[in-house]
Amino acid sequence: MRSTVLSVAAAALGLLIVSGPVAAHHSSAVFDPNTRVTVTGVVTEWFWANPHCLLSLDVKGSDGQVVTWVVETQAPPNMIPYGWTRQSFKAGEDVTITMEQARSGKPVGRLLWAQFPDGRALSIGPSAGPRP
Amino acid sequence: MTVRQAAMIGIAALACLAPAAARQQQPMNRLPGAVYDVDFAGTPSGPAPRRTIAGIWEFAEGRNVAIQATGAMAMPSDGKPEHELPFTPDGRAAFLANKPTFGVTQVPTAMTNDPMPGCDPQGYPRIVLHNAHHEQILETATQVVILYQFNKKWRVIWTDGRALPKDPENPNWDPTDVPLKELPPAEPRWWGYSVGRWVDDYTFVTESNGFDDRTWLDNAGRPHSTAMRVIETYRRVDADHIDKTLVIDDPRYYTRPWTAFERLRMRLQSPHLEIPEQECVPSETAKYNRLFGDLVSGVDDTPK
Repeated sequence: MRSTVLSVAAAALGLLIVSGPVAAHHSSAVFDPNTRVTVTGVVTEWFWANPHCLLSLDVKGSDGQVVTWVVETQAPPNMIPYGWTRQSFKAGEDVTITMEQARSGKPVGRLLWAQFPDGRALSIGPSAGPRP
Repeated sequence: MTVRQAAMIGIAALACLAPAAARQQQPMNRLPGAVYDVDFAGTPSGPAPRRTIAGIWEFAEGRNVAIQATGAMAMPSDGKPEHELPFTPDGRAAFLANKPTFGVTQVPTAMTNDPMPGCDPQGYPRIVLHNAHHEQILETATQVVILYQFNKKWRVIWTDGRALPKDPENPNWDPTDVPLKELPPAEPRWWGYSVGRWVDDYTFVTESNGFDDRTWLDNAGRPHSTAMRVIETYRRVDADHIDKTLVIDDPRYYTRPWTAFERLRMRLQSPHLEIPEQECVPSETAKYNRLFGDLVSGVDDTPK
């Protein structure tokens, strides 16, 4: 019964979002696909692991405050086809990332593109959209 | 309605919209070294060999085809009436007790009681009803063995003519009466018990029972009881393909059998293709939740 109530409530909201079939431990609905956020920062950690890889970087805002952003990709086997490895990022290097930020408003998101100062770029694949 | 309940409904609303459309729109995702039907357009396959499904198999239309994020492929948890499972009262109660992170009853990551993200055994059939990947099928004189990518698991399907355990829900083990050289009675377990047989030269049918009910059927929190039976059919279509169909028969939780996926096509791969490693690691999962999962759920105290 409750599932039916939830379904009706969901339909009534009528929100449009692409809830893609990602292999994740949470739905892509937690991210806002309509808001692509791009920030530049310094890598603090590249966590090549399950269930998802995580890239942490420190981003200095215009007010001088440093905010640590954490963005996720898919699991390693799903990233390897797109050229990612456990050596893709090194702590201390600069990187510019484009992401879909979490709806929670926290400094976390789903990584779409990572661009390096030397012109290299990594994407999560076709679902990343055009390179910024 | 509490704020948390409202948030849960909102997330469920977002999740149940258009997953099927997204699946269809998503570009094909390739496993390095694998081949797909698109690579052989216009090239017919040879005839099916008799009574064998051995080989390494990948989903013929792309590696993302069988990822069933919102639940069993043929019955996703998307709120559509045609996908409402035929729950018994006990089955519905068990479904509502589960707190998945996908589907119409999904909750934020930090609130889930899904056993899998914590690396509890995924079990069968969730291994093929969730994040399904290519499989390697081995055949011996007495077994068909299926090797799965996720957590490097395998499943043994006995083909030596044995029957399924008669009553694995009620194991009766009295070693004072039963010599230890005999097998103990079957009891429910994560991967159940499986037997298989060829019903014709091109159709291999497996039946499984004796499941531990702590596993879920899929990502959407669909439950099963210890009374569940699973029927999986492998149809050898031609030299390069098999089609798989999986049916859930659990009279305690569902009023009738239902099909979880039907004629899911896989393509034979080179025998040199290596299956990638994908392990659920508790320490990695804990770190993932600390760095990311809790934040994305909005349940921690970190300021925005």
